[in-house]
Amino acid sequence: MSLVLTEEQELIQQAAAEFLKEHSPISHLRELRDSDDATGFSKKVWKEMAELGWTGIPFAEELGGAGLGLAELGVVLEECGRTLAPYPFLSTVVLGGGAVALAGSEAQRKELLPGVCKGETLLALAFQEGGRFAPWAIETAAEKNGDGFRLKGTKQFVLDGHVADRLVVAARTSGASGEREGITLFLVDPEADGCKVERTSMIDNRNAAKVTLEGVTVDASDVLGAIGGGADTLEVVFDRATAALSAEMVGLISEAFERTVDYLKTREQFGARIGTFQALKHRAATMFCEVELSKAVALDALRALDEDRPYASRVASAAKARCSDTASLVTCEGLQMHGGIGMTDEEDIGLFLKRAKTAELTLGDGAYHRDRFARLTGF
Amino acid sequence: MSASDTSLEDFRSELVTWLEASCPASLRPGATEKASKEERKAWEAAYIERGYTTPTWPSEYGGGGLSKAEAQVLGEELPRHASHVPVASFFGTSMLGPVLLEFGNEEQKKKHLGGITRCEVQWCQGYSEPGAGSDLASLQTRAVREGEHFIINGQKIWTTGAHRADWIFCLTRTDTDVPKHDGISFILFDLHQPGVTISPIQLISGASEFCQVFFEDVKAEASNLVGELNAGWTIAKRLLQHERAMLSGGSGGGRARSKKSGPPPAPTSPLAETARPHLGDDDGRLAEPALRDRIAQYELDALCFGLTLRRSGEQAKAGQGPGAATSMFKLYASEMNKRRAEIVMSTRGSDGLGWEGDAFTPLDVMETRGWLRSKGNSIEGGTSEVQLNVIAKRVLGLPD
Repeated sequence: MSLVLTEEQELIQQAAAEFLKEHSPISHLRELRDSDDATGFSKKVWKEMAELGWTGIPFAEELGGAGLGLAELGVVLEECGRTLAPYPFLSTVVLGGGAVALAGSEAQRKELLPGVCKGETLLALAFQEGGRFAPWAIETAAEKNGDGFRLKGTKQFVLDGHVADRLVVAARTSGASGEREGITLFLVDPEADGCKVERTSMIDNRNAAKVTLEGVTVDASDVLGAIGGGADTLEVVFDRATAALSAEMVGLISEAFERTVDYLKTREQFGARIGTFQALKHRAATMFCEVELSKAVALDALRALDEDRPYASRVASAAKARCSDTASLVTCEGLQMHGGIGMTDEEDIGLFLKRAKTAELTLGDGAYHRDRFARLTGF
Repeated sequence: MSASDTSLEDFRSELVTWLEASCPASLRPGATEKASKEERKAWEAAYIERGYTTPTWPSEYGGGGLSKAEAQVLGEELPRHASHVPVASFFGTSMLGPVLLEFGNEEQKKKHLGGITRCEVQWCQGYSEPGAGSDLASLQTRAVREGEHFIINGQKIWTTGAHRADWIFCLTRTDTDVPKHDGISFILFDLHQPGVTISPIQLISGASEFCQVFFEDVKAEASNLVGELNAGWTIAKRLLQHERAMLSGGSGGGRARSKKSGPPPAPTSPLAETARPHLGDDDGRLAEPALRDRIAQYELDALCFGLTLRRSGEQAKAGQGPGAATSMFKLYASEMNKRRAEIVMSTRGSDGLGWEGDAFTPLDVMETRGWLRSKGNSIEGGTSEVQLNVIAKRVLGLPD
């Protein structure tokens, strides 16, 4: 598939850019933050996004979705990245929704996904237990309990966990932490007895939660996919989320970079615009190269997964590694080039730095994905 | 199959018939007998007669007159039928030729293109001077009009292959009283004449592909001025574009690979495989994690760069223009090449330090010389610093 947007994708892009400019500019994120908004985003705006069809982009039409691909979702996410829109696409559509679409029974899909498409149901994937992304480092235990299971353990960095209507929890039915086999996915009602969800306040003002499972009982019908085969589902879901997050990062990278270049053109010091200084010009031009590389690989990762191309995981990891490192470069350099004003809360570049760091450390950073890329390239 | 596909297949079958009839068995791939001098000469003549050394040039100037698609078919069929073809002067086919086709007059095209196509004339490029490297436009080699000639005095440096060349296309100063870009002319002249002195420069890699060239009252016919007098900078810039595209592999050379059936092979890294015997293997992984990460970063960036080239090409095709990314191709390609050579040096340790002799394999020595040579990648054809300036100005619009 071409790395140039199709006509349809261009239309989605224009619509998303216009909508977000009006309904979720950066000031929107500031308002939510400053008012300590309990949800962390506007449910009304989310509903409108659903009405525009964005929450249903990757889901089948019979479930209320658009039956499109990650390439189309990526277009929306890139625009979200530009305005730092704090909406639960990754958690609900890609991670939680992705797991249900991929591994869910027909009943489970029909129960949850039409609600996701309508913007009424929020999902979250509770898998991570340590600080660094390590997909199979799961200790949370699922013990047999009659026909069902009893879940015990603690999850952290559960994206949008505090507002989720349903959690997808990864727990161990066998094996030990670090092993790929023996992980099982469960659908858990956050209101269930023994399930405690605490919102954690993050640097990017997005939502994440700590989820404590103190012997939460689930039925056999709450098992999502094969018992012990959760990793097969998670691997695909993580690849898709990795590519989707890369697309969002391309948006934030582009915006932070363009804002910095604009600043270089206007800020005056020593009687000259600072963009005339070669020390800054060369750094800006170096960033430009990395930005272009990030755009190309993120586009290809989305398409590779849509096409089910062999070794698509390798491209997904390349995209996440490149975009993570470029996001870090562009926001750190952007802040430095803004000088003192960049350190103030008033200036937006700091918000880009904070979102970039969060996105970088979500689902594996550059080092993690470079290592995975090497492994998938046979070394 | 569309109409154009049909005519392309007709072209292919006509071409294959001709190749089978014209290329002697001794010059086919896998031939066991050695070709005689006569056989080789006859084949080269037939090939040149068809204009295939410059397949897409108009046939009236000795070119093949092929469309891009036909030239691609030629590129596919040749290696299947012939193990040897005559190759024309690189500077002639890739640099001067396109410029003459764009800026040259009829007489110049007739006079010079045929010599390139027939592999009779080797060209070189007289651009850099000791005082005009990155700041090329400050060049000082003078050309003064005297009757029907220009008289040329001055010195060029880093002239690739001048010691093997017959003619030079040369940037000369024809007006000293105007801003530096406005007094430059693009002139062609014969190197085989009194007053021309050529001395190869030995590089740190031991190779000597570059030369210094001195001109003392050298003559160029006035009719060999390409374009207007004092308008040579426009041509020079266009040629630099060709050169940068060439150095980054960003245009032309990319022959579309024919689609193969079956699953693609698992991705591998030649760089990692070269490193494995040196670094050791740990259950399939390169045993030194720090170097493994450097190789991973290199391969990852190479993948991303390849995709950037592809995207830029597709943007151009979709009518969105060549895309801003083209300005980074030369910079990134040369920096990548240097990075790769540094990794190769790190992985081989002292095996990579050999200069010559039996203690080192020819491959080791070649890689080492390649590492030294790669240092020039970010200097020749516009230094990386100049490339960064170009991006800052043209793409980002940063002020001067």
